[in-house]
Amino acid sequence: MKTEEIVFDVKKLNLWYGENHALKDIEFKIMKNEITAIIGPSGCGKSTFVKTLNRMTDNVSIARTEGEVLYHGRNIFDEKLRVEELRTKVGMVFQKPNPFPKSIFENVVYGPRIHGIKDKKVLMEIAERSLKHAALWDEVKDRLNDNAYGLSGGQQQRLCIARCLAVEPEVILMDEPTSALDPIATNKIEDLIEDLKKEYTIVIVTHSMQQAARISDKTAFFLMGDLIEVDRTDVIFTNPRDQKTEDYITGRFG
Amino acid sequence: MDYQEQINIKKIKKEKTNINKKQNNYTFEISRKRINNRILLNNILKKVFSLSTVFALLVLGLLFYRIAIDAKGWIDLQFLTSNLSIFAEKAGIKGAIIGTVWLMLIVAPITMSIGVITAIYLEEYAEKNKLSAFLKVNISNLAGVPSVIFGLLGLTVFGRLMNLGSSILAGGLTMSLLVLPIIVVSSQEALKSVPSYMKEASYALGADKWTTIRKVVLPVALPGILTGSILSLSRAIGETAPLVVLGIPTLIMKYPTSAMDNFTALPIQIYYWTLDAVLTREYANLAAATIVVLLAILFLMNSIAIIIRNKFQKRY
Amino acid sequence: MRKEYLKTIKGMENQMLEMALKSEESIEKAMKSLISRDLELAKKVVDDDIIINNMEIQIEMDVIRLLTLENPVARDFRRVSSVFKIITDLERIGDLAVNIAKLSIEIGEEDFIKPLVDLPRMYEMVREMLSNSLKAFVENDMNLAIKVAEKDDIVDDLHLQINEELLQMISKNSEIINQAMKLMFISRYLERIADHVTNICERIIYIETNEVSKHEF
Repeated sequence: MKTEEIVFDVKKLNLWYGENHALKDIEFKIMKNEITAIIGPSGCGKSTFVKTLNRMTDNVSIARTEGEVLYHGRNIFDEKLRVEELRTKVGMVFQKPNPFPKSIFENVVYGPRIHGIKDKKVLMEIAERSLKHAALWDEVKDRLNDNAYGLSGGQQQRLCIARCLAVEPEVILMDEPTSALDPIATNKIEDLIEDLKKEYTIVIVTHSMQQAARISDKTAFFLMGDLIEVDRTDVIFTNPRDQKTEDYITGRFG
Repeated sequence: MDYQEQINIKKIKKEKTNINKKQNNYTFEISRKRINNRILLNNILKKVFSLSTVFALLVLGLLFYRIAIDAKGWIDLQFLTSNLSIFAEKAGIKGAIIGTVWLMLIVAPITMSIGVITAIYLEEYAEKNKLSAFLKVNISNLAGVPSVIFGLLGLTVFGRLMNLGSSILAGGLTMSLLVLPIIVVSSQEALKSVPSYMKEASYALGADKWTTIRKVVLPVALPGILTGSILSLSRAIGETAPLVVLGIPTLIMKYPTSAMDNFTALPIQIYYWTLDAVLTREYANLAAATIVVLLAILFLMNSIAIIIRNKFQKRY
Repeated sequence: MRKEYLKTIKGMENQMLEMALKSEESIEKAMKSLISRDLELAKKVVDDDIIINNMEIQIEMDVIRLLTLENPVARDFRRVSSVFKIITDLERIGDLAVNIAKLSIEIGEEDFIKPLVDLPRMYEMVREMLSNSLKAFVENDMNLAIKVAEKDDIVDDLHLQINEELLQMISKNSEIINQAMKLMFISRYLERIADHVTNICERIIYIETNEVSKHEF
């Protein structure tokens, strides 16, 4: 029996955007080397929750949090913890592909560069490894100095994934990574995600229940700031415990 | 629901669609008339707009024509390279050109450095509260203050208080005050135009604020900042009122060699020659010629600004 | 709210219930034809079976369409997949009714070797089982489904009893073997119908509990 390691242990997490109580008493464990999908109707807090895990919510001035989020036992809200360090361990890929207006190479090595790696050879190795990992190397190896904006949407998203992988995170957070892409690009990225699961822990927010059902091991259902239910994906989609979960996945609302 | 009910519902639906069809024929005729009216309106407006553009260009063209007539024959190498003289034919604007260049050498670095840093502070670091909003409003108000007031301020503070008289330093510092708010505002706009998702990507990779500004925001905002700066400086080149208030002369004995020396500038030349044109007819020609030179410089600077902007116009 | 989708599922279930009613009718007519020697009625059962078969095909196509296009999950999926399996049982029940009707025709004008008491009684039980199972489906009544399934044992016992009796009669008087065999078959067919009804009850329990294992009743 495989002992599962807890990567994130969320304890009574509450978050307010000003007066709006966006996350209510969230209790949740995210396990290593699993793909955890987060589903729920618009505005239910799923994006907010994921952004809390790498403290991107710090950038929102009216955001206020209470409760604990333990990353391998350490509370990420601890004052002594450097948020920049957290973000190298917990990376993020966004909904709309957002490469920098730089070359493909510069995009991938941005992370390592700002964390002090200067050696051109080392950077080249990192770039090659990350792009291969993101299933993009073959398509761009001959044009690493081209501007990233020349790539298609799906390629740009894979570039963003490569950029994220270059800092060697443990966790990859994905906020609706394929919602701006066509079905073929979506497929490629889903394959990539399933592949990445072997080495990384992945949390993916998705508005597509089929996507959650296809690729995730665990699924969490959020509704209006509450975590209604979290369980193995096959259980959620065949026989969920909560009636609200069932109503949502069968399209009774949302 | 049994079959009889289903059949009844189908009948009712069919009747409804038939009614809608009849109404549609009626509404179709009305919209045709409306469309024709709109097309007519569009054509009229198009003529009005192009007419007003033509009118504006006409006025501008008239202005240029008048100046060109007066300047004709007076612009040559001798004009650009000689110093002033009582004899109008021998007079040149070399001193004014050197003075203007010295001015810019002071104004440009001061305003661009302070201006951009201020803009970065206001856009990236300042907390979004009432105080910072108040600051921002006041800075943009300053951009609209009449330049003669800056001249008075410069006279009091730089000219008298700091005892700089009418030196290049006094003129340069005064002009800097004039130009600074404009550069701050335009740099702010350039910084604001950097999409937040780009900054988010940098933060998500573990970058701190200054690194993000240095490596992501500034490279993207730089063309905008440059464009704004060049446009602001080109405005400064043409400002006359502050220089007059400061007492910048039109006649100087020797060319300036340091920032504490006296100087003269192109706008001042134009001003005094125009004043004295009442006495000496030729001065009008000299003024016109200087205007042409000044306009040419302005044109050049603005073109550079536009080229920079167009070249770096990003597709995001 | 997926209006059309919910309407489609409901429509499919209604179709299945109509098919069930037709199967019920077939058994009723078959047994009636046996008891009241109405050979015309028996023939009608045989002719009308094709209607039941066509209904199965139609509903099956609708189910496949719904599964591929609408992606039902959880309870919706259990309902739809159960419809898929129940129509098979209903079609088999229809076939068994045809078998009974055919035997009724073969017995024809013969006098009965014994007054029919147990067979009608067995039919009554089976009829009630089928009727209640459909009621349990419509009302989502898992307990009723369990109760119906438990009755299967009684039907099995009755079948054994009828068999015993007929075998004894055959051993005493071998001339009646023809009709006796036919009656034994009819009893067997009724017992098989009860088995199929039990399958339907299993499906109803699955919809409620998400458990597919064969239950002990």
